[in-house]
Amino acid sequence: MKTNASNYRNVNENPCNMCMPMGGILPFKGIENSMVIIHGSQGCSTYMRRHIAEHFNEPIDIASSSLNEKGTIYGGEKNLKQGLDNLIRAYNPRIIGVLTTCLSETIGEDIDWIASDYLKERGMGDFPLITVPTPGYGGSHSEGYWLAVKKIIEKMGQKTPGHSGINVIVPNISPADIREIKRILNLMQVRFTLCPDFSDTLDRPFSRPYKKVPDGGTTLAEISEMPGAAATIQLGVTADDCISPGKYLETEFGVPLYNIPIPMGIGSTDLFIEVLKIIAGSAIPESLEQERGRLLDCMIDSHKYNFQGKSVIYGDPEQVYAVAKTCMENGVFPVVAASGSKAPRLMGLLKDIFKDHPGECTILNGTDFSTIRQESARMGANIAIGHSDGRYLTEREGIPLVRLGFPIHDRVGGQRLLSVGYTGTAMFLDRITNTLLEKKYKNYRSSVYQKFYQGAEPDSQCCMEGKGEAI
Amino acid sequence: MATAKAADLVFEERKDFIMTKGKQKKNLKCDSDSLAGCVSQRACVYCGARVVLNPITDAVHLVHGPIGCSSYTWDIRGSLTSGPDLYRFSFSTDLKEEDVIFGGEKKLALAIDELVEKYHPKLVLVYSTCIVGVIGDDLEAVCKAASKKHGIEVIPVQSSGFIGNKSAGYRAACDALLRLIKPDGIRLKKTSSINYLGDFNLAGEVWIIKNYLRRLGIHVNVAFTGDSRFETLKTATRASLNMVQCAGSMIYLAQKMEEIYQIPYLNISFLGLEDTAASLRKTASFFNDESITASAEELIKKETAVVMEDIRWYKEKLQGKKAAIYVGGGFKAISLIKQFREIGIDVVMIGTQTGREEEYQTINDLVDEGAVVLDDANPSELEKFMVEKGAHLLVGGVKERPLAYKLGVAFIDHNHDRKHPLSGFVGAVNFAREVYSTLCSPVWKYV
Repeated sequence: MKTNASNYRNVNENPCNMCMPMGGILPFKGIENSMVIIHGSQGCSTYMRRHIAEHFNEPIDIASSSLNEKGTIYGGEKNLKQGLDNLIRAYNPRIIGVLTTCLSETIGEDIDWIASDYLKERGMGDFPLITVPTPGYGGSHSEGYWLAVKKIIEKMGQKTPGHSGINVIVPNISPADIREIKRILNLMQVRFTLCPDFSDTLDRPFSRPYKKVPDGGTTLAEISEMPGAAATIQLGVTADDCISPGKYLETEFGVPLYNIPIPMGIGSTDLFIEVLKIIAGSAIPESLEQERGRLLDCMIDSHKYNFQGKSVIYGDPEQVYAVAKTCMENGVFPVVAASGSKAPRLMGLLKDIFKDHPGECTILNGTDFSTIRQESARMGANIAIGHSDGRYLTEREGIPLVRLGFPIHDRVGGQRLLSVGYTGTAMFLDRITNTLLEKKYKNYRSSVYQKFYQGAEPDSQCCMEGKGEAI
Repeated sequence: MATAKAADLVFEERKDFIMTKGKQKKNLKCDSDSLAGCVSQRACVYCGARVVLNPITDAVHLVHGPIGCSSYTWDIRGSLTSGPDLYRFSFSTDLKEEDVIFGGEKKLALAIDELVEKYHPKLVLVYSTCIVGVIGDDLEAVCKAASKKHGIEVIPVQSSGFIGNKSAGYRAACDALLRLIKPDGIRLKKTSSINYLGDFNLAGEVWIIKNYLRRLGIHVNVAFTGDSRFETLKTATRASLNMVQCAGSMIYLAQKMEEIYQIPYLNISFLGLEDTAASLRKTASFFNDESITASAEELIKKETAVVMEDIRWYKEKLQGKKAAIYVGGGFKAISLIKQFREIGIDVVMIGTQTGREEEYQTINDLVDEGAVVLDDANPSELEKFMVEKGAHLLVGGVKERPLAYKLGVAFIDHNHDRKHPLSGFVGAVNFAREVYSTLCSPVWKYV
């Protein structure tokens, strides 16, 4: 196992991560009637809108305090307050996230003070203005995401009498994945609050008339009762304690935390169901057992094809872990596992699951695509799993890409990709297997012809990839 | 033009930026800071600079700043290359908290060293971002030292995000280009070739225009900046004419080149049949050469004949539809009005992120009575006017597309990452085909 965990580099070549405010926006999009204002220059909000809109194919309205030179020199308070006025006028939200940027943090803006002063000035009482410090240089989008969820719960959570509902806190997974998790929770007859829930807001049905702020999202009333829940299930094993919303609920309100991986793959989905059983005491319905059986059937049907896969996995730490675990279960052994974010926890977790790895895997922490490419080529990867930026691996190294995660901007349907639960895992595995098969079918005739008919140098494509298994 | 009634507007402060063409004559306000909180569609100074310079294919484009600025601009343009493809990589100094505290100059110098050693570029462009402007890194000094050390050109691009709007970024890019093209010693000998400014070779558009001009006997010296390289850009000052297409980004460079190198310029546009033909004639007439003029007429006649039947067919299908336009710059907006007219479509709403005063005047002259003209719009205004004016179609970029679709309105992608050319005669047909494919798709029957 080779680990490259260098933390300081002079140059990043082709980034594998995004910035902190980008991650901070997404949870707010999963809260009912919410809007976000980015305190910084106009470009930050526009770039992020573009990036998010392209993935979800949804209008993404995010305000900016549009800091100019004057605001940068004399302070951006006036801009931010005016921005809030206009935002409220146009969108009339019930909750507003105020996110900082590199610029506002560097000039030392005190957004907590500005926010409370604004509420006082406008006589808005305890309107939820939720401030989140998200300097772009402070961390990646992954940390921004968790921190924003934590801040929302910190601000909105009330000390409430204990109730039997459970909290389900999700990382940045697709709207389809969120819907699937909700379906399983309903099948298990669990009363739950899922936060943040952008399954409708970022994948809304076509309907008229158009609404500037989409319907859906976790309600403020639900969030306020999260501290009284019987337990929290957080799909966030890679999140650091200091930004972990589940940890916060546990420490502050004594809500037991089950911090478990995204239910992807048979093991993690079993664990998710098991935890639900423990917390809610509900029996596993037969239909779910059948789904599990079908997944096993899928795994068996495809196991030989999958065994030929040597995967490179990259993206959000939480997702890298879930995918790596699923790949390990199915013999699509990872040869490179990488995150653009600095994720010390992920490193430890990966080493743990790679104990059963029959070969080698390079683990890259806080890395870029240039390094991922180099390692993928060196390790002979033949399938990549991650977001669209990995198309670079396809273009430069001929490694086919199975798109998963965020952002997916060169294909449609990122918001509809289902990869969690027993059914979602089977769909995910089919995408993997079929990609491997496509590559096989494309090459095997010519490579076998070349090797055995022409007697030319063997091409790796005509052999099964793996030790001692040439045809 | 009549100012929109303030009561009708979402944001009263924006009333001078929105006009309805009518009897009153008043100039539209533009080129100002965006209004905070109204969700402007504009990007920043860095974005403006990056989009203009990024098509230089053999340069290292190094973003001095935190990761986001580089991440969101990695290979997002559809600019094509005829050779080197270093421009499709995104390099960043990936500034961290400690760099913000202690300064990022040392890191920048080391980053340049590393990249020069690995890629051996002749040109490194170093983009400044918001925080660089605040923490006070001396970009000039670092670039100068690196330039001396490696014997290559290392040029800073002063594009801190907060120093203005996207147009300030265009200017920063032009300033960097002016430094780049400055002849080292004696002035280059003038040739009869021309430079083509403001085309970024999206889907090969520069190549299409170069081919047309070749048929006229005119040689394009270098295009700014589509499919350009260090060596060819260095010869820019030997051209005898600058043809300027995207004036919003390049007029400043053209004016400066006229002032410093006495190279005159012509505003042209190769979007749409009418503008393409007019621009070819305008360029030909500059040379005052009968054979060039004759070749131009011949080309126009021949190419028009090739596409006219298609265009007529589309016009028949599209006649009477109403379009809304919201694009980056003025030249594109102006050409689009004419191009829509060619296929029987009226423009009922039109706006830009960074249009200039004279461009808005032209727009006002071209549109019909009652059309809404707006500068630096936001989703609230786009929605309001598209609905009010009954637009069947919106032209815009990535951010505008989902809004149109959610409103049940057709959409044309006129953005940086388009994959089919919209320039020249061939582009005019592509455009009509795209309009047809979105307006006449069967899906609208079901919504």
